[in-house]
Order: sequence, then C-alpha cells, then structure tokens
Amino acid sequence: MPVITYLEGIRSAMREEMERDPRVFVLGEDVGKGGVLNATKGLRDLFGEDRVLDTPLSESAIVGVAIGAAMYGLRPIAEMQFADFIFPAANQIISEAAKIRYRSNNDWSCPVVIRAPYGATGGGSLYHSQCPESVFFGTPGLKIVAPSTAFDAKGLLKAAVRDDDPVLYFEHKKCYLSVSDEVPDHDYEVPIGKADVKREGTDVTVITYGMTVHYALKAADVLAKEGVDVHVLDLRTLQPLDREAILEATAKTGKVLIVHEDNKTGGVGAEIAALIAEEAFDELDAPIRRLCPPDVPAVAINPVAESFFLLNPDKVADAIRDLARY
Amino acid sequence: MDGLSIDQRLLRHRATGLTDEQVLSMYRTMVLARLYDERAHLLQRAGKVPFHISGIGQEAAQVAAAFALDRERDWFLPYYRDYAFVLAVGMTVRELMLALFAKAEDPNSGGRQMPGHFGCRRLRIVTGSSPVGTQVPHAVGVALAARMRGDELVAFVSFGEGASNQGDFHEGCNFAGVHRLPVIFFCENNQYAISVPYSKQVGRARIADRAVGYGFTGVRVDGNDALEVYRVVREARERAIAGEGPTLVEVMTYRLAPHSTADDDLLYRTREEIDEHRARDGIVQFRRYLTECGLWNDEKEQALLAEARAVVDEATQYADRAPYPRPEDTLRHVYAE
Repeated sequence: MPVITYLEGIRSAMREEMERDPRVFVLGEDVGKGGVLNATKGLRDLFGEDRVLDTPLSESAIVGVAIGAAMYGLRPIAEMQFADFIFPAANQIISEAAKIRYRSNNDWSCPVVIRAPYGATGGGSLYHSQCPESVFFGTPGLKIVAPSTAFDAKGLLKAAVRDDDPVLYFEHKKCYLSVSDEVPDHDYEVPIGKADVKREGTDVTVITYGMTVHYALKAADVLAKEGVDVHVLDLRTLQPLDREAILEATAKTGKVLIVHEDNKTGGVGAEIAALIAEEAFDELDAPIRRLCPPDVPAVAINPVAESFFLLNPDKVADAIRDLARY
Repeated sequence: MDGLSIDQRLLRHRATGLTDEQVLSMYRTMVLARLYDERAHLLQRAGKVPFHISGIGQEAAQVAAAFALDRERDWFLPYYRDYAFVLAVGMTVRELMLALFAKAEDPNSGGRQMPGHFGCRRLRIVTGSSPVGTQVPHAVGVALAARMRGDELVAFVSFGEGASNQGDFHEGCNFAGVHRLPVIFFCENNQYAISVPYSKQVGRARIADRAVGYGFTGVRVDGNDALEVYRVVREARERAIAGEGPTLVEVMTYRLAPHSTADDDLLYRTREEIDEHRARDGIVQFRRYLTECGLWNDEKEQALLAEARAVVDEATQYADRAPYPRPEDTLRHVYAE
C-alpha cells in the first residue's frame, strides 16, 4: 500500500469524492489557489472554479451558504481557513446546521462538512493554534471527527461527505506533513463513531485524539523499555463518542489518562471522565487523570511559553509513569 | 376620486400582468391571513396556545410578493411574520393552526418550534429559526446550488429591518452580489425591532440603499400598495432569471400588532400612531381598488368573510383535537435514522 501524508489523505479524499459525486464541491477562502495550507491544491485545475469556489472573507456566509446548498441537495465541503476563525460561523453551525433536521421534524436535512484546521504547529500564537472542539462538543445534531493518521483522515473525510448530517472535521495542522502512513488504493470509509486501538497494552490506558495520539505512542515506546505497557485508544470521532470502546479500554488496564491539546476545563476529557465514573467505576484501580494545556486563553508565540503550554511526548510519558506508579 | 375611468383603473393590475381572477385571489389570501392572525391572538389570550407572533399590517405586501414569484419552482425562506406569504405559496390554514397548537401533524416542525417558524419541503419553504437573519446566507446557498445544477429559479428570502443589521444579512448580500446570484432579498420594514424604532436601528439611512454597496439594485416600495409590490418583485425576478443578479426590496410597512403576545407595545408607541397606520392598511386599500374596478362589493365581502371564518373555525377545531407528539418522539430526528 502507498504511504501518503495526512494532508494528502485529506486532499485525495476530497478529490475522489468530487470525482465520484457531482454534488460535492468545496468552498472557502483561497481554496482556488490550493488553500493557505495546501489542502485543496490542484483541485481547481481538475474541477473548475465553480466546484472549488473562492469566497469572500466571510466565515458565517461560507457556512451559511454551504447550509443552503446542502438543503438544496448538494454536498458542500466548507473550509474554515483556521479553526481559530470558526467563531463568526458558530451561530450558523450551532443554531442552524445542528438543528435543521430536528427542528423540521426530519423534513429537512443538512449534509454539510465543515473542515477546520486546528491545533498548534509552533509559531502560530493565539489565533493560528486553537483547539475549539469543546465549543461545539455537546451540541446534539453535530458530528465531530478529529483523525490522527492519514488512513483515518482519508476514510473519515469520505464518511463525512457521505453522511446525511453535518460533520465538523477537525484536522490537526501539525499532523499535515509530520504524519504519513499506509493508505489503500481502493475506496474505503472509516466509520464515524468508531474509536481505534492504536496500541494494545495492559498497564495504563491513554485515551486521546489528534496530534497527541502520536505523543502517546512515542511515550509508550519509551515506557515499554521501562516495563510499562501502555494501551492507546484513539477516539477518532468526538461526537458521538464511542462509549463501548472507552469502557473497554478502561477495563483493559484500570488506569486511565486522558490527553488532549484543548483546554482542560470543559474539554472532551471531562465528559470521558464522567462517562467512566458513571459506567465503569468498578473497573478503576486509580483516579482518572487528565493531561491538557493549562486554562489560559491560548498559546503565546514566544518559545518559552510555547513549550510550557504545549504537550509533547515527554510530558505524556511523565503523566503515564506517574499513573502507573499509583 | 382620481378622475380615471374604470377601464384605466383596471389597466393598473392588468398592465402589471395580473388577471382579474388573480387579484381577487390575492385579496382572498390577505383576508384569510388576517382572520387567521386575529384568531391566533384570541387563542393565545384564551390560554389555548402558548404563543403567537403577528403579521397583521404586512399581509398585502407578502401576498403581492408571493404572486410575483413562480410558486411552482422558486424557493422560499420566509421569516416569522409571513403567514400571508406562506398561505399564498400553498400552506393551509389547518397547517398553520397545527403549528400554533404545536401538534404532531404540523408540517413545519411536528410541534417542535414556535409558530411562525415555517418550513415545508413540499412547498420549497426552507426551515427557519429564531436568531434573525440566519436564513439570508441560506437563500444565497440555495441560489448558488440551483445555478450549479442548471435549475432556473430564484431564492426569495424575507426578514425584518431589524435583521438587516445582522452580519448574516451583509455577508449574504455581498456573497450574492459577487456571484450575481438569483436572490430576492425582501426586507419588510415594519418600523420596529420589538420596541426599537427605525430611527434607532438604521438612523437616517434607507435600507434599500444598502444594495448599492453590494453592486446590485435596491428598491424601496410602499408595502400598502399591493400592485406596486407585485410589480417590483416581478421585475426583481425577471432580472434574477436574466442573470442580472440579486435585488434588495425594502417594503415600507407597519406592524399593527404588538411584537408578540408577550409584548405591550403601548410602552413605546401611541395608540394614535397605530390608528394612523391602520387607516392606511394595505388590505383596506386593495379592497377599495377592487371595488373601484367593479370586481368587488359588500355582498362579496360578506361571503368571503363567512367562508374564511368557516375555514379558520374548521382548522381551529381540527388542530385543537389533533394529538401531540408522543413523549418518546422527543428523542427522534437528531440524526438520520
């Protein structure tokens, strides 16, 4: 199987979905030239400027227009240039896309995909680094995915385009070029709502998603040499959460560390911790722990603050070690 | 009177392309909407239904706009005062009543949304919400998608002058202007955003003039003059279909009722002001016109009122007796099943 980057996984998923289905089109700021992060590179040459549509700098309209087109019967993929700029569109996402099926008693639906490049790459500062998934998490009617590998990125984007409901697709910018893996030549989907065990282990369970999956896997390699066997569950989908997989991964080791780059307070980890406490309390051999950046507004640009704020494999390894000793 | 012969007066609606039968049908729809609205208010006051939000005073303009569209093909994104509009594009009084009573059979939302939150795929009425103005970019998306598909139609979106201050209005207008999309932006300027008068919302500017900033036509029209509204919307539609882009229509109208059944409008306006506007009511003016044309008389008026009352009575009884959704239905249709 060919090895491709995470970014190519996203790009090829869009290309193949646009080839497969004439209803699929992409819209957003600078998508025509390939996007500022190159996700749509080459697509305009293949599909023309109507299907790779440059829009005004107008996030609420990008999503609102996509919603209208979706209700008409198309399958839009709306690109937010950076997830940090998704907030002007939050009303369209939360008040409109998420509620269209419910409020119309199933008369209307809104099959739109909203791609949001998120997370810190270093040097991005407060407004090119955020992880806003917790703002949307807990909004019924939305599906939220956040892949960590090229295979998952491609398969989940295809599933999102084919889904009959709105999907927020969080793609971690640090994964774009630093993550590559094997992806089949043939068409496939990664089902929305299914987590994936990225490493089997018996001592400590790490539950995570996005870039921090790779930190957990690196930490696990280090800890294996120290005799700590780490189990890594990649959520892949944040909403709906794969409850079964979370409870199963908890039972596997009895010690759970939840890791994410979004803020600790009110993050996805809080819900996972509550779920485990409610449903699998008897399985636990230690308190549930969370490793997340501190509750400050967002990451600063100076390198000292960056390394203090952001997670890395060492920080994850320390947290696992600590939990293993409990 | 105005010194015109009957033939010349008849020419006015015929000259705009309307038949005698069509203007009579317009009038009947206006009256039916008014009676529905008045009944809905009474039902709320009697404690039979939770809430009502009125469109009284705006019916003539709404019906005229609907008649100027292609009611078999165009897509509609109305706002919460558009009872007369949705009746004119095919919704029934019974369906409005089912929504008012929040019953399972309500085609708009199955008893989920407040009344006035229209939506009906059968009639190409796109589902709407309460945060004002969000439907504007949806209309632009509908028009964009229709053009991509090669479907010849317009997206008609209405909203109040209050909503015209929302970002979504401006973002939607700009997007439609860039792509010269077949959208009619229909602003029903009823002078009040709940209690805030036009002077404190928009100042001295005219909403129609905002179209200039987006590179398309803006027209201000007297909303009490149904034939003039018809002409303006029809021309807007012709431009849209000809590929000449969107039009912003600002309809000067007046909200004769309070904002909703939860509002006391005499806290911010006077009885005299309301009465002054009531005298200019578009329905009254249209009736006078039809009478002058020889198409209408008191006898026909009485027959129409009796007929419309019977329709409203039947709809009220039907909706009152209709079942609510089941408790477990609350959980349905969050996602595709």
